[in-house]
Amino acid sequence: MASTASWAAMLDLEKDELKFGFIKLTDMAPLAVAYELGYFEDEGLYVTLEPQANWKVLLDGVITGSLDGAHMLAGQPLAATIGYGTKAHIVTPFSMDLNGNGITVSNAVWELMKPHLEMDAEGKPVHPISAAALKPVIEAFEAEGKPFNLGMVFPVSTHNYELRYWLAAGGINPGYYSPEDVSGQIAADAYLSVTPPPQMPATLEAGTIDGYAVGEPWNQAAVFKKIGVPVITDYDIWKNNPEKVFGLTAEFVEANPNTTIAITKALIRAAKWLDENDNANRAEAVEILSRSEYVGADANVIAASMTGTFEFEAGDVRDVPDFNVFYRYYATYPYYSDAVWYLTQMRRWGQIAEDQPDSWYDEVARSVYRPDLYLEAARQLVDEGLIEEADVPWDSSGYREPTAEFIDGVTYDGTKPNAYIDSLPVGLKTGERVEGSEVVANQ
Amino acid sequence: MTLASEAPASSGQRRQKLFTAINRSAAWLSALGLGWLVPLLKIAAGDDPREQMGELRDSLFFPLMGIAVFVIAWASLAPQVQTSLGAIPGPAQVWEQTAALWQDHLAEREKEAEFYARQDQRNAELVAENRADDVKWRAYTGKPTYLDQILTSLKTVGLGFLIATIVAVPLGIASGLSRPFNGALNPLVQLFKPVSPLAWLPIVTMVVSALYVDASEALPKALVISAVTVTLCSLWPTLINTALGVASIDKDLVNVGKVLQLSTATTITKLVLPSALPLIFTGLRLSLGVGWMVLIAAEMLAQNPGLGKFVWDEFQNGSSTSLARIIVAVLTIGIIGFLLDRVMFTLQTAFTFSGKR
Repeated sequence: MASTASWAAMLDLEKDELKFGFIKLTDMAPLAVAYELGYFEDEGLYVTLEPQANWKVLLDGVITGSLDGAHMLAGQPLAATIGYGTKAHIVTPFSMDLNGNGITVSNAVWELMKPHLEMDAEGKPVHPISAAALKPVIEAFEAEGKPFNLGMVFPVSTHNYELRYWLAAGGINPGYYSPEDVSGQIAADAYLSVTPPPQMPATLEAGTIDGYAVGEPWNQAAVFKKIGVPVITDYDIWKNNPEKVFGLTAEFVEANPNTTIAITKALIRAAKWLDENDNANRAEAVEILSRSEYVGADANVIAASMTGTFEFEAGDVRDVPDFNVFYRYYATYPYYSDAVWYLTQMRRWGQIAEDQPDSWYDEVARSVYRPDLYLEAARQLVDEGLIEEADVPWDSSGYREPTAEFIDGVTYDGTKPNAYIDSLPVGLKTGERVEGSEVVANQ
Repeated sequence: MTLASEAPASSGQRRQKLFTAINRSAAWLSALGLGWLVPLLKIAAGDDPREQMGELRDSLFFPLMGIAVFVIAWASLAPQVQTSLGAIPGPAQVWEQTAALWQDHLAEREKEAEFYARQDQRNAELVAENRADDVKWRAYTGKPTYLDQILTSLKTVGLGFLIATIVAVPLGIASGLSRPFNGALNPLVQLFKPVSPLAWLPIVTMVVSALYVDASEALPKALVISAVTVTLCSLWPTLINTALGVASIDKDLVNVGKVLQLSTATTITKLVLPSALPLIFTGLRLSLGVGWMVLIAAEMLAQNPGLGKFVWDEFQNGSSTSLARIIVAVLTIGIIGFLLDRVMFTLQTAFTFSGKR
């Protein structure tokens, strides 16, 4: 618990009673840990954590101020700030995790995919599985006049973009958005629609969707319930992709600068605890998350992905030590290049209807992602001896090195978003926009 | 008079008195749902058990049989339905979860005590450092337990019911007294009566959020939203029954009132209300039943604290204990609904008695 020393050093808080929202997913862990291990209290914060019904309710809660902050999809602060969906300036001083998602298909679809998979010597499918194996299934659905429906959790969710990335890399068009038609199903081969994360298994079971992209534990839950088979994790779609962020309104940050730093400090400590000593604390974290007020799923389901493994087809357990990363690889630092990637995907699929110059991507990223706040919090933690100097990328420009560790091998350089958009196989390119149900070139 | 001759007579009298007392309380006991106590009391008071057996069979044995058959059928059929969360839990698992929820409650209270202990210690340290200005008292931030959720639901339905009564009774009296008013109100009643809480909720949420800006600690916005939704769905039975009760007052009484030139206020308090009360209470009882039923749906959809939220959260958790916990909630909702109805019925009985007296 709090030492007297840390109390003496405590920040002068503008607001110390806070309510944070979260969705029942394992990547909300830093919040639960910061609460249960007393890190919030160490900073003098009295935090109440409240599960939210879906991402829309959660975002509205933060915007209207009924929530002070929340566990958010990385795309949410960006989309809100540029006015896609809702208009509100939301910022983030803290990136919550890397990876942690998967794509699951129903048992029936899996059976249809199997003949198109490459098998290894033991008769197990070779991973990562390309969406090319799904293509004949979708064509079979089409021949029967049935739509192929997939679930994702929110129009600007990581899962929407990951699912689209995977489908497009396998030659399947997931459909476009346009200002007139925000269903995201224009010219689609597969129809993506929104389902809140915890309802994914039930919706799949009811047959409304044939597969989904969602965070844990809802892919492993499908395996345990024997209703579906995870085919790929987001680690295989984009190695160490940034995922959730902690979002606050810009007004809150402006009115409560010290409180913001205190929150960030507590969250950084929680992330560190989650990854400490080669994930030694993960078993304890699983116990905390399995409580009904947090994720609430059975501990063994949560543990399936939280402790370094991932179960694909029942019995096919594979090691994915980095499936959930909370602290390693500077996971908590809010990189501008992470923000830019999400913006490129919004442009790629038509959520951003018109071309924007590279400088615009940089400006938006800088107005939403706040490494300055992060570094201030980290500096205090280093001074208090709670984290190591080497844990923080002090001199980063905010842009990660270009990487090609995607399932399709395309190189992403956050400083050249337009060139990146043009290099992707399916999607809008520079000078293109969606008109009616067609992609047309700008005059 | 000798003691010997008086003793049997007085014990006979005492027995007689006892039976009168039992018979008098019988109406009350049955109003409370404890009617089966009457034959038991009579046997205890020395009545012939055989005479009371028939009564006892009807009021105690058959109901217990019904419950037993239900529990046995539940226990044997439930395990045969396999869901993706495992078999449907039987009575044993549900009982287990009831105990677990109680343990949860105790554990949470313990955490609360620790929280305050830490706060006390911290404040003591601050005082010791001569920083008494920095001393803060903050409320516990933990999750609401199952019992907390029940209390929240009761509070919400109480508030909703109160607003419904305040709105419905005056409207009902007005439309009972005045045919034109009744004519004007009736189409609206017919139109809005069948509307589901799920349809009201979005409108109520927007309107309450717009009007109730400075929410107080004791009356959070979420509670008001649920309560107003309950009001909108539950005020109709009270309104209709009040109107009916008022309209069917004895015409002679009304004429007497006119002859005495009573003021409207006096007419309502001295004539209208007393004779319409039994029907008003019938309406209130129906309203409360509807309100309680509607509340759970409203809480589930709006994610407002209470039993509805508990059910929804458990559904989302999808753990192996979730179904059993939801069944605990279903039984709780049923039992509380039954008790609320009994309370209203008792009140109604009380007022009906006074009406007859």
